[in-house]
Amino acid sequence: MTSAREEILGRIRAAKQDLDLPPVEVDWVYGRTTGDPVHRDHAQVVDLFVERVEDYQAVVDRAGAAEVPGRVVAALQRYGATSVVLPAGLPDDVVAAIRDAGVEVREDDHLSPAQLDEIGAVVTTSAVGFAETGTIVLDHGSGQGRRALTLVPDIHVCLVRADQVTTDVPEGLAREVDSIRAGQPQTWISGPSATSDIELSRVEGVHGPRTLHVIVSEG
Amino acid sequence: MSPRRTPAPPPGELRDSLPFPKAAKIELANVQQRANLRHATHTIRAKRAQVVGELDDWEALRTAGAQIKDRVLRNLDDYLEQLEASLTAAGATVHWARDAEEANRIVIDLVRATGQDEVVKVKSMATQEIELNEALERAGIAAWETDLAELIVQLGHDRPSHILVPAIHRNRSEVREIFLEEMGTYGEAAPPDLDDEPAHLAAASRSHLREKFLRAKVAVSGANFAVAETGTLVVVESEGNGRMCLTLPETLISVVGIEKIVPTVEDLEVYLQLLPRSSTGERMNPYTSMWTGTTPGDGPQDVHVVLLDNGRTTALADEVGRKALRCIRCSACLNICPVYERVGGHAYGSVYPGPIGAILTPQLRGLGSKVDRSLPFASSLCGACYDVCPVKIPIPELLVHLRHKVVQEKAAHHEVHAETAAMKATSWIFADSRRMEAALKLPSFGGKVLRGRLNHFGPLPYPASLWTTARDVPVPPSESFRDWWARERGGQR
Ligand code: SF4
Repeated sequence: MTSAREEILGRIRAAKQDLDLPPVEVDWVYGRTTGDPVHRDHAQVVDLFVERVEDYQAVVDRAGAAEVPGRVVAALQRYGATSVVLPAGLPDDVVAAIRDAGVEVREDDHLSPAQLDEIGAVVTTSAVGFAETGTIVLDHGSGQGRRALTLVPDIHVCLVRADQVTTDVPEGLAREVDSIRAGQPQTWISGPSATSDIELSRVEGVHGPRTLHVIVSEG
Repeated sequence: MSPRRTPAPPPGELRDSLPFPKAAKIELANVQQRANLRHATHTIRAKRAQVVGELDDWEALRTAGAQIKDRVLRNLDDYLEQLEASLTAAGATVHWARDAEEANRIVIDLVRATGQDEVVKVKSMATQEIELNEALERAGIAAWETDLAELIVQLGHDRPSHILVPAIHRNRSEVREIFLEEMGTYGEAAPPDLDDEPAHLAAASRSHLREKFLRAKVAVSGANFAVAETGTLVVVESEGNGRMCLTLPETLISVVGIEKIVPTVEDLEVYLQLLPRSSTGERMNPYTSMWTGTTPGDGPQDVHVVLLDNGRTTALADEVGRKALRCIRCSACLNICPVYERVGGHAYGSVYPGPIGAILTPQLRGLGSKVDRSLPFASSLCGACYDVCPVKIPIPELLVHLRHKVVQEKAAHHEVHAETAAMKATSWIFADSRRMEAALKLPSFGGKVLRGRLNHFGPLPYPASLWTTARDVPVPPSESFRDWWARERGGQR
C-alpha cells in the first residue's frame, strides 16, 4: 500500500505536468522602508506608531529613558494591579521600582495557566514596532517572557524603545527574520484583544489582555 | 449510545444540500437574516476600502501575493517535502492525509494517545471542511470552539455561514438568546442579566471559555500560512483564543491544507499586509502567532502537523481551476458579493460560501452532487470579487470554466442541462422579476437588473420613481413589491 505521503506527492507530480516551467518570478522588493516619505523622518515614524497604537484603544505613554521605571509603576497603580509577573531580563531599574512600590512580584518559575490567571499584570519589553499598522512584535527573547506570560494576565504593560520602531511590516519583519529562522516564536500585538464577530463592529476585550499599556521611551 | 458532549449541529450532510437556486429561495425568505447580512457586509466593505486605500502599493502587493502562491503551486511537491523536513527538524511530527476521513482518524488517534477526551479549537476552515468536530464527537472527544463566532454557531446548533465571521447571519439579540439558553449546559452559564451589548456578549464568552482554556491539555488549530523554509506556522486572529490554544496546552495538532505554504519567512510581509486589510478591514489584526515546531519551555512540547489534500490535488490538476488554490481565506469576495449579501452563506451547502465557495467547493468535492453542480451558477459574474481578491483570483473566469465542466458532466450522463433554471437563481436573488415586472409594468426590468445594475435600482419611471428617488434603495429580494411597499410606506399613508 502506498503511503498517504507518496500518494499525495504522486498526485501533485501528475497534476502539474503542464507546469514543467521555470519558477514563477515574484515582482516584489522585500524588506523596504515604506510609507509616505514624510514619515521617513524617524521622529515622525515614532509619532505615527503612537497614533496607530492609540487607534486600537491601547494607552500609549511617551517617556524619557530615565522616566520609564516611574511610568511603569504609575501604570500598574492606575489599573489597580496588586500582583505582577516579571520575565527574566527586564531592566533592573524597572524591577526595583515595582518592588519598591509594594506590588507583589511573581517570577516565572513554571507558573501554571491557573496560577498565571491569578496574577493581575505583566510587564515586558518588546522586539520591534511597526508604525503603519501600530503593531508590537514580541519574539519572546530576554525581557519578554514565554508566550503565556503576555496572554493570561489581564493587563500588559509593554516597553518599546523609539529605536525599535520601524515604518511598516516589511522593514520590521526584516529585523526579525533571523530570530524566526532560529526557531523563536513570535507574537504580533496590535491593540488589546478584540473581536468583530458580532455585527462586524470591533469591541475590545475578549481572551487576551484587555488592557494594553505601551510605554514608548526615547533617549 | 452515550449522550453527546457538544451541541448537535443541524441534521443532514452538507453535500446533500438543496441545489443553490432552491436553497437561495428559502434563505431569501429570512428577512431578519437579510437585514443582518446587509448591515454586516456594508460595514466591512467600507472598512476594507478605507484601509486598502491607505497603501499606495496595494496593486503591487496583490500581484506579489498571486505570484508567490503560483510559485508554490508550480513546485508544490518540492515545497511540501521542504516543509516536512523543516517541521521535523524543529521537533514537530508530520502526518499526511489524503482525505477528510484519514485526517480525522489521525487527529482522533493523536488525541486518544494523550488520554484526553476534550480539545480546544482555534477557528480553522480546514477542520470545518473535514467536519472534524463531529468525527471527534463520535469518538467520544468533545471539541470546544473558542472563536466567538464559532462559539455562537456551535452553541446555536447552527452551521457557519461565512468563512471569517461564521455567525455573520446572527445579530446581537440572537447571540444574547443563544448564550442565555445554551452556555450553562456546556460550561459556565451566561450571567442572567446579560444584555445585547457586543462588549458584554464578548465578556460572557471570555468567562465561559476561561475554564476550558485553563484546563485544556490538547488544542487543534489550522494555519493561515506554513513557511516551507523554516517550518513556521502562522495563525492570524483577533480575540486571543488562538493564542490560548496555541500556547497553554501540552499537545497541539494543526490541520493544514497543502496549499497554505509560502516559501520563505520574508514572504510573510506580503500576506500579513494583504490579509488583515482584506478580511476584517483593519491595518493589522490584534494578534498574530508564529511557532516553529517546539520551543523548549514555551508552549506545547508535543506538536503535530497534518498535511491535508482532500481534493486539492484534483484542483491543482485543472490548469484554470488551480488558481483557486491561491486563496488565503480573507472573505473579501463574500463581503463584496451582491448574491452572498442577499442569500447568505447557508445556501451554498458548503463550509466555503460566496464566490470562493462557488469555485472551490465543486473542485474539492467534485461534481457528483446537485448542490456542487449548481454552485458555479451561483453568481451574476459581476466581477466585484476579482477586484477585491488580494491574490487576484479571476473568480468570474473560474466560474465560467466550471460551468462548462458542469455542462459536460451532465451531457455525459444524458441529463438535460438546466442552465436556464440555474440562471434563474440570480434573478430570484435580485428580485422576483416576474412579479416585479407585473407590478411595475416594466417588461425590460428583469434584464436590466441582470445586466449589471446589481446593487441598487437605478432611477425608474413613475410609479417606481416614488421609491427609488426617496432613498438609495437596495433591491428587495424575495419580498414582493406589495409587501415592501406596505412595510416601508404603509405607516405613512
Ligand atoms: S478568493 Fe480571494 S477574496 Fe475570496 S476569500 Fe480567497 S483570497 Fe479572499
